[in-house]
Amino acid sequence: MGAEFVPLSLPPLLIGVFAAIACALPGNFLLLRRQALIGDAISHVVLPGIVAAFLITGVVATGPMMLGAAVAAVLAVGLIEAIRRLGRIEPGAAMGLVFTAMFAGGVLLLEQSDTSSVHLDVEHALYGNLESLIWLDGEGWHSLLEWSAVREMPEELWRILGALLGVSGFVWLLWRPLKISTFDAGFAQSVGVPTTFVGLALVVVSAVAAVAAFDAVGSIIVIAMFICPPAAARLMTNRLEVQIAWSAVFATLSAVLGYVLAGYGPLWIGAGHAVSAAGMIATVSGVILALAACFGPCRTRSGAPAV
Amino acid sequence: MTLALATDHGAVVQTLNDSPLAVRGMTVSYGEKPAVFSVDMTVRQGAMTAIIGPNGAGKSTLLKAALGVVTPLAGQATVFGKPLARERHRIAYVPQRASVDWDFPTRVIDVVLMGLYRELGLLRRVRARHMDKAMDCLDRVGMRDFADRQIGQLSGGQQQRVFLARALAQSADLYLLDEPFAGVDAATEKAIIDVLKALKDAGKTVVAVHHDLATVADYFDDVFLINTRKVAEGSVDTTFTAENLNIAYGGRLAGAQLEAAAG
Amino acid sequence: MWLDALTLQLGYNATLVALGAMFLGIAAGVTGTFLFLRKRALVSDAISHATLPGIGLAFMVMVAFGGDGRSLVGLLFGSALSAGFGLLCIGWLTQRTRLAEDAAIGAVLSVFFGFGVVLLTVIQTMSAGRQAGLEGFLLGSTAGMLWNDAMIILIGGALTMAAVVAFRRPMSLVAFDPEFAASSGMNVGRIDLMIMGLAMAVTVVGLKIVGLILIVAMLIIPPVTARFWTDRTDHLVILSGAFGGLAAYVGAAFSAAAPDLPTGPIIVLVSFAFFVVSMLAAPGRGVLVALLRHRRFQRRVHMRQGLLALAQGQPIYEGYTMRLLARAGLVQRDGVPTEEGKARAAKALRDEKRWQLVRADQALEGAAALYDGLRALETVLTPDQIAEIDRRMGGLAGVEA
Repeated sequence: MGAEFVPLSLPPLLIGVFAAIACALPGNFLLLRRQALIGDAISHVVLPGIVAAFLITGVVATGPMMLGAAVAAVLAVGLIEAIRRLGRIEPGAAMGLVFTAMFAGGVLLLEQSDTSSVHLDVEHALYGNLESLIWLDGEGWHSLLEWSAVREMPEELWRILGALLGVSGFVWLLWRPLKISTFDAGFAQSVGVPTTFVGLALVVVSAVAAVAAFDAVGSIIVIAMFICPPAAARLMTNRLEVQIAWSAVFATLSAVLGYVLAGYGPLWIGAGHAVSAAGMIATVSGVILALAACFGPCRTRSGAPAV
Repeated sequence: MTLALATDHGAVVQTLNDSPLAVRGMTVSYGEKPAVFSVDMTVRQGAMTAIIGPNGAGKSTLLKAALGVVTPLAGQATVFGKPLARERHRIAYVPQRASVDWDFPTRVIDVVLMGLYRELGLLRRVRARHMDKAMDCLDRVGMRDFADRQIGQLSGGQQQRVFLARALAQSADLYLLDEPFAGVDAATEKAIIDVLKALKDAGKTVVAVHHDLATVADYFDDVFLINTRKVAEGSVDTTFTAENLNIAYGGRLAGAQLEAAAG
Repeated sequence: MWLDALTLQLGYNATLVALGAMFLGIAAGVTGTFLFLRKRALVSDAISHATLPGIGLAFMVMVAFGGDGRSLVGLLFGSALSAGFGLLCIGWLTQRTRLAEDAAIGAVLSVFFGFGVVLLTVIQTMSAGRQAGLEGFLLGSTAGMLWNDAMIILIGGALTMAAVVAFRRPMSLVAFDPEFAASSGMNVGRIDLMIMGLAMAVTVVGLKIVGLILIVAMLIIPPVTARFWTDRTDHLVILSGAFGGLAAYVGAAFSAAAPDLPTGPIIVLVSFAFFVVSMLAAPGRGVLVALLRHRRFQRRVHMRQGLLALAQGQPIYEGYTMRLLARAGLVQRDGVPTEEGKARAAKALRDEKRWQLVRADQALEGAAALYDGLRALETVLTPDQIAEIDRRMGGLAGVEA
């Protein structure tokens, strides 16, 4: 099967898996900090960032667009904090206010500018186009060993791999400060952990992961992967280390199963066309969460087993 | 009628330089009403000090401001005569139990190991001696058997003991505790006070926000009375008087309470 | 052209849509206020995203029964069903598992939306689905709307608004003080459900105009905007409704005048502009005023502390305090107090000592509660009371007035 699988399905699968894990890792901490919806906010403001970058530079180039998206994400987080503190507005409302307004601005910019020729539209931003990320030089498994072929893999793959490594490195390096300041911010400050910096760094890293993933897979997966795998993982264990591992497993499972079901599922039931892989990955992650909520060993507050 | 005025503290000024914790002109305000206004405090080396005052008098706020956990509007704190940032390693802080989410996915032993953060840094591995130390601290609060327990499964008293064990792991010289006896069972209260007294016997300094006037004289050497302003500070014998309590509590204490407290 | 739009001179459909949008804006502002007060603003985000699979399923069902699948009533009915199911899921996750509400909201939002997208791609492959235009529900579109659809929006907006107005009392009570409401015999759970139900109704009616991603803004932005202008619940409800209605009307009218301006984003941005102005400029809670007030407060605190230190001959540790005193001419450059400084310092100390007596006296508890370290005693006690305090202080005061 390698001859067809490697060029057509391997790259999207890898990209999907990397994107899912890159979002799920910081998602664990966002979940425990009651900031789960930051991922939602970030993925909405990516659109105006990309559109603004396009309007400023006038070209469809990945670099400036990702930079624009990252700037928009950081700007949004800054605005949310400013409104929350200066206006004394509860975080949920501040978040909803900022990301809807920025998203509206993005849509308006998009409609007003002539971007129809450059393949920039809202639906693409939402669904991504995982299915189109193919590897023409991959002629079979052996191509993975040939540098000239590997070099021709879709660039999205390298970007999301870089983001995944960056996110993993961040979590590894700041593991203790992240854990301590998430559990007990007051104590963390008293031992000299720069809690504000750690919190901000977490959000920025999440934004980077979201932007890199968004580029390849669209924002639906981003939101789903920030929340569903960590939430399901929380219901499986009472240890943070184990929770992180579970979340990576669930993220991988969602990406692989979702991709396969979207691509081959319709064929199995006799329909002719594949469905949205992004949507299916989100759906599978939801099914996993539902199963964890029904059967997870640590699903309720009181019923946790004594270790 | 003599009044121990908040601002008369000439006698303690000369010890200011080496005091474990000295606060000068501290004002903290949430919004437009100060929780703590222009408070000076000088903690005595090697003593156990209780911070006492009515609800909302700024007891916890004073502690948090001294530690830099909340930002004061004015004023500063020194620790062993030096700026806080340079002497953090000599402080152990026990926040209020209710201030954290006990549903956090972690075990008792992991919480105690957090006390070794300054020693372990970002990446140093947890070795056998670190584990031994953490277990030893759990032992001192009678929680050794609970090391692998998920923290959400502990009772309130057990949670408080775990917090104390974490502070012990910090091997500090100054222990700051925010309401350590709030909502704990009698056995835990006994265990905690034994540990604190052992710390004092080892030459450490202990400061605790305290709300039970009946036990002040038994547990503590010094008191610091506060109600937004400082009311009085000094040894229990001279300062923990009905008059001062009347000032601090605005005459809201019943006579019996005052007698029990200061009698 | 703009004027024509604002005064409803642009034709029948545009007028209906603008009025419908206004009713919807009012209903959204009022309903959103209750969500905001219950600190559940983002539940609306989950509700709106959860409508998508319902739209897809309704379309497929209608096609299966031989229709063309584009009946607005049918689609809205489907969207309401799936949004309701989404709400049930959130409730179930938060009550039955250890997950917090924000995680439940995010999970429902993303999974329902993802599933909805799957259905949309299925529909695109159906022969009837090619021109279904269901994507219009993502961002809303009122261009080329049929008279029937405009009527549905007008009637839906009016009905939702009527329902909100009818139930505002119990909802305000619950939003303002749920414990009191429960103790006075109200079924808080049921009223919460009603608030959610109304939020759902607003969402469903608004889908066609602003789309499911931006309808959230109509529920969230107006109450936050109104919050800067008032502290009273009843005023908050009215103001929020007014802001919401005005933004929706202006937005809908603008986009009717310039068809390439999409309705949803315009409404949201008008609403956001109201918010920005309010946050900056509102008296009381506005940021500019608050910053000024905070600076002034900080100055007063430092002045007072400096004066107290001067009066007691203590060193002043903070450079800022010293500079303030010097600027006011109360100390010389070397830190020695001037005559005026001495007088002010003595007065501050006397005030402080008087206050201490007041705060120790249970009979003066009401006055004592006003203590903030800065307030002059004259503003809370009568001259007679102050004289009484001074008498009690006796010789101890020792400070000339």
